[in-house]
Amino acid sequence: MTQTTPLWEVFIRPRNGLSHKHVGSIHAADEVMAVQAARDVYTRRGEGTSIWVVRSADIVASDPDQAGENFEPTADKIYRHPTFYEIPEEVGHM
Amino acid sequence: MYSQGLIGADGSTTETQEFLDAFQKRIDAEEKIEPTDAMPEGYRRTLVRQIGQHAHSEIVGMLPEGNWITRAPSLRRKAALLAKVQDEGGHGLYLYSAAETLGVSREQMTEELHSGKAKYSSIFNYPTLTWADIGIIGWLVDGAAIMNQIPLCRCSFGPYARAMIRVCKEESFHQRQGYEIVMTLAQGTPEQKAMAQDALNRWWWPSIMMFGPHDADSQHSDQSMAWKIKRFSNDELRQKFIDATVPQAEYLGLTIPDPDLKWNEEKQGYDHGRIDWDEFWRVVKGHGPMARDRIKDRKAAWDNGAWVREAALAHAEKRRTRKMAAE
Ligand SMILES: [Fe+2]
Ligand SMILES: [Fe+2]
Repeated sequence: MTQTTPLWEVFIRPRNGLSHKHVGSIHAADEVMAVQAARDVYTRRGEGTSIWVVRSADIVASDPDQAGENFEPTADKIYRHPTFYEIPEEVGHM
Repeated sequence: MYSQGLIGADGSTTETQEFLDAFQKRIDAEEKIEPTDAMPEGYRRTLVRQIGQHAHSEIVGMLPEGNWITRAPSLRRKAALLAKVQDEGGHGLYLYSAAETLGVSREQMTEELHSGKAKYSSIFNYPTLTWADIGIIGWLVDGAAIMNQIPLCRCSFGPYARAMIRVCKEESFHQRQGYEIVMTLAQGTPEQKAMAQDALNRWWWPSIMMFGPHDADSQHSDQSMAWKIKRFSNDELRQKFIDATVPQAEYLGLTIPDPDLKWNEEKQGYDHGRIDWDEFWRVVKGHGPMARDRIKDRKAAWDNGAWVREAALAHAEKRRTRKMAAE
């Protein structure tokens, strides 16, 4: 049998108040073993208080070939940033 | 590991000059390359080779030290050694997953290690004869690994750089626990000090060989440097390591087994004696004293673990079908 063990992406919450962050991936037969393996591999020194695992195959990603179309248009929309607007100094911090 | 990771790498590539120039421009601008980005085939192949061999080195590196876990002289030493060996297993796993983002499977890499097609660091083909070897490995071998790995944290390939940042955070404890072991022996009875000196005598030259061939003989370095897979040359890193290590040995009252080692005022660094490159290549090619055992042990672990992997998959499948039936 040359069936391969599925790949899982691992997300860890470093501490309460912060969101889960992607830290890497792990191979495991099922979700129970994936959480266990993620704990052993990615939290040996107090790196987190909570783990999420998601099957890598279940992740839907944006198309890298469309990165330009998707993300470049924001570059010329500088009016979305506060610094675009001029407020006289006398008005004070705003 | 590390500088030797490039051994056997093939950076040749067939893309148009225009594509290569555009890629080089991104590299020169210190942009990180992520797995789904367009990249030259040679870049991808070089990284698969290097990251895979680095991962193998971490995993095979567990064997010489694992050899001493049950015989550690105290509970404190045993707990530390267990934690260190477990870390090395973790390093191997971070690295395998970084390589997998480039489209190579874990099984493929394992297969290449077992068949001898992929290499691992020559250092792990030497035997660990006494407890002092465990101290010397932490001090010198992990010390050399740190020298090599710190610049890799800035490698142009994102997943490799991120894996290296995790690894580097963990390595410092490895070197310090090793130095502490050697220090305890060096300050102990004359027999204990002699044991530390004997281990240093056996590990010194293999440790400085870890940085790989001299720059003039290192075929893969130029392209890897241009692509910022590698940041310093083999000789530069070796020099840094020697300059850092000599005073540490002096502090312990141990002698580095190189009669030609002397301070060079002009270059503000140490000159060292001739390295036996014939021995290096023999060991890299698998003729080291322990080479056959290492691969035999890896294969045995893989083969004897097959039923566990199969049972876990069968169990997962059973749970999945039961769950589906219940829905
Ligand atoms: Fe390591
Ligand atoms: Fe280490």
